Amino acid sequence: MPFIPHTEEDIHAMLASIGADTIDDLFDEIPPALKSGELKQVPPGLSEMEISRLMLERAEADGRYLNFIGAGAYEHHIPAAVWQIATRGEFYSSYTPYQAEASQGTLQLLYEYQTIMASLTGMDVSNASMYDGASALAEAALMAVRSHKSSRRILMPTTVHPIYRSVVRTIVRNQGIDVVEIPYCRQSGQTLPETLDAFSKEEFAALVIPQPNFFGILEHVDALTDWAHSKRALAIAVVNPLSMALLTPPGEWGSKGADIAVGEGQPLGIPLSSGGPYFGFMACKQTLVRQMPGRIIGRTTDQDGKEGFVLTLQAREQHIRRSKATSNICTNQGLMVTAATIYMALTGPEGLRRIAAQSHANTLALLEKLETLNGVQRIFSGSFFHETIVSLPAPAVDVLRTLKDQRILGGLNLEEYYPELGSAILVCATETKTTADLENYVTHLRQAIDKL
Amino acid sequence: MLIFEHSRPGRRNYSQSPATVAEIEGIPQNLLRKIPPMLPEVSEMEAVRHYTRLSQKNFSIDTQFYPLGSCTMKYNPRACNSLAMLPQFLARHPRAPESTGQGFLACMYELQEILKDVTGMAGVSLTPMAGAQGELIGIAMIRAYHESRNDSARTEIIVPDAAHGTNPATAVMCGYKVVEIATDKEGDVDMEALKAAVGPQTAGLMLTNPSTLGVFEKNVAEMSRIVHQAGGLLYYDGANLNAILGKVKPGDMGFDVIHINLHKTFSTPHGGGGPGSAPVGVASRLLPFIPVPVVVFEKDTYRWLAEKEMPQSIGRLSAHMGNAGVLLRAYVYVRLLGAEGMHRVAEFATLNANYLMAELSKAGFEIAYPTRRASHEFIVTLKDLKEKTGVTAMNVAKRLLDKGYHAPTTYFPLLVPECLLIEPAETESKETLDAFVASMKEILEEAFTQPEMVKGAPYTTPVRRLDDVKAAREPDLVWKQPKINLI
Repeated sequence: MPFIPHTEEDIHAMLASIGADTIDDLFDEIPPALKSGELKQVPPGLSEMEISRLMLERAEADGRYLNFIGAGAYEHHIPAAVWQIATRGEFYSSYTPYQAEASQGTLQLLYEYQTIMASLTGMDVSNASMYDGASALAEAALMAVRSHKSSRRILMPTTVHPIYRSVVRTIVRNQGIDVVEIPYCRQSGQTLPETLDAFSKEEFAALVIPQPNFFGILEHVDALTDWAHSKRALAIAVVNPLSMALLTPPGEWGSKGADIAVGEGQPLGIPLSSGGPYFGFMACKQTLVRQMPGRIIGRTTDQDGKEGFVLTLQAREQHIRRSKATSNICTNQGLMVTAATIYMALTGPEGLRRIAAQSHANTLALLEKLETLNGVQRIFSGSFFHETIVSLPAPAVDVLRTLKDQRILGGLNLEEYYPELGSAILVCATETKTTADLENYVTHLRQAIDKL
Repeated sequence: MLIFEHSRPGRRNYSQSPATVAEIEGIPQNLLRKIPPMLPEVSEMEAVRHYTRLSQKNFSIDTQFYPLGSCTMKYNPRACNSLAMLPQFLARHPRAPESTGQGFLACMYELQEILKDVTGMAGVSLTPMAGAQGELIGIAMIRAYHESRNDSARTEIIVPDAAHGTNPATAVMCGYKVVEIATDKEGDVDMEALKAAVGPQTAGLMLTNPSTLGVFEKNVAEMSRIVHQAGGLLYYDGANLNAILGKVKPGDMGFDVIHINLHKTFSTPHGGGGPGSAPVGVASRLLPFIPVPVVVFEKDTYRWLAEKEMPQSIGRLSAHMGNAGVLLRAYVYVRLLGAEGMHRVAEFATLNANYLMAELSKAGFEIAYPTRRASHEFIVTLKDLKEKTGVTAMNVAKRLLDKGYHAPTTYFPLLVPECLLIEPAETESKETLDAFVASMKEILEEAFTQPEMVKGAPYTTPVRRLDDVKAAREPDLVWKQPKINLI
């Protein structure tokens, strides 16, 4: 019996102790009419050898591609030590650290993670993670509405990842919160402060500020942050954590700094893995800490005065406050944060900076090569970080399909999200791409365009 | 010692980042960071040693018996991890075309179909990333259903008082008022209270069955009838699905929507608090509302259904498609178990729980619901012990750590005083359960002979009882470099 250790003798002895004749008797409180029959869609069990073969065949059928898609999930080198340690049983198979004395490993690691994330974003405090970047943004919107009190409206630039916007709508909709979208500048690809002035007569709980935005373009974060504060709205930053090794962190935006910083933690040592599990991060100013959702770890002392770590400020949480909690979030993404913390310890500040700089340099080099091709053009004039949009002289869907046949994923087709841009793709070359990779891409793109 | 205290300026790992520093072109000076972030500067070996040492300060399923009630801490087969981490699966970009992921999508589709069968529901969406998100989606679908019928008077969600805290918190997040109903002496929902609570304002009922009291709600069919008759829908919290896997299908109990905690019943890792994964299943009337994306199999090809093809869907809950890697682990687990293994999960989880309950009762512990069968878990109440010795449930839990066991869930559900919610799970052997009973017996004796010693536990863990009050009153949430006095 897979994963069940009981011998026949054990079963007899256990039933005798209970005073039951058969295991079936243990289900005698369930009304017979409710008992189900066979499971028809569940195939017979496989041995580990058989399932290994099946999974390997499927993985090999999917194969590997030279990937230039980013769009919120980025391919970076992950040091071998990251997942070898993260999948140690003591991290992998433990639960939320409710029993602090038996969970000091996870708790200390989370405290280190909070410290790193607060520093990376330039904020005062961080929680112990959210599900992913999109849901972290939704929680930040809810947090802003809770702390603002009079407005239930959020200003959302259309330069924010389209799926993040969609997730925010799904999550906040039922709480009577309006998400008002702001158009972007067709020339620069940015959210212009003057566009915001059209909204200056209205009240908002928060303005969302992406950096870099979905197009890879860098926003006027100082002006946007100051604009939000001048209207008594909170500034919610959505940032790529890797970019924080190079870019001004949200805590230093404008004259007062952003109030909440969220984002997708995946670039920090988490594999692409078809979209998850990743982790969302959330950091904020000290004054907002009691409005934060999710687990927060604090350092304290034990009865002998020794340093130790516990889950703290739990009066915000569902298991204590029930219907009055700041969120229903319970489990977060502990194992992913474990990996990310190890990743950041292995790269250090200089390593992270080099990875970010190389990713950016590779995308710049790629763009330069792409612009030599007939009809391939950079669409926006704004400066960018490690990801950019180019227009193509042929339908993006056909170009990308042709590239795919050469085992190259050439970028994300933007037609679905920004049809006004025409045939355009979002491309990204991280530090994982060599000069030969860039050449390979450009050569095949040229052929694809010529053919179409 | 914190990783930052191992840090030395200028120390770095040359293998883990580019050898040269690329020039940063095209980014205006005013957008560039002036002071580098405070990341640790340690060697690879120091990082490996530090985090390996930290791991050794954790209790885990791989190292200890972990009878944490309502969390289903069963063995997480290693094959599930290594097969989900095959390089091709890890490298696959979420926005890569479906044609490049047919192997991956086949696993997702088959998992969807298996979960439909196991739960007796008409449709399943794999996207929710945790139990609480599954709940949020479930209640959002109930809301979307009522709205689609222009039934706007339904403003309340009924929740039994024994429910997990996430249930009322979720109902509020979906804009509902929470109505709590009481539990009767036998541990079932009080039917009179339910009848009094339902009406034209009822949007739905959230129920965990078997309940958090460790018993099967005998009147579930009647409850379903009452709520449906009032026009409400039934939500099944799958927290305790392990107890009935392959025995009873939530769909057959009349539930309209359910979530399944893969990190409990389907043995994906708890990871120190996530990632979870909580697919939702729905009855046919809620099918149009399920969250996207959903995998379909047409013309020999697997593909995602997205918003455009599901106009009534409540939408997206994650940037991509949920916790794909967790879903792969669950898929490997269900294939290892097969149909027969699935039935055995509930059988042996129930056998272990009832055996442990019987043995603890014989050892002198008071069972909260002694006339009932345990489901996969049961409750011991130490109210009497506290009155006689001053030793509390918390003290016993901490003393168990000294004996090498993770503690059961304490003080939950809230309505049983001084309680321990104990769930052994099917993967534990009789010897482990017997040894646990022996340790519990020792603690019971210690409570009478040396109560102060028990109250001072734990003694053998890396730290002793921690000061939670201090942690909350003077929050120290991030480490700060101590100021160095320059002489």
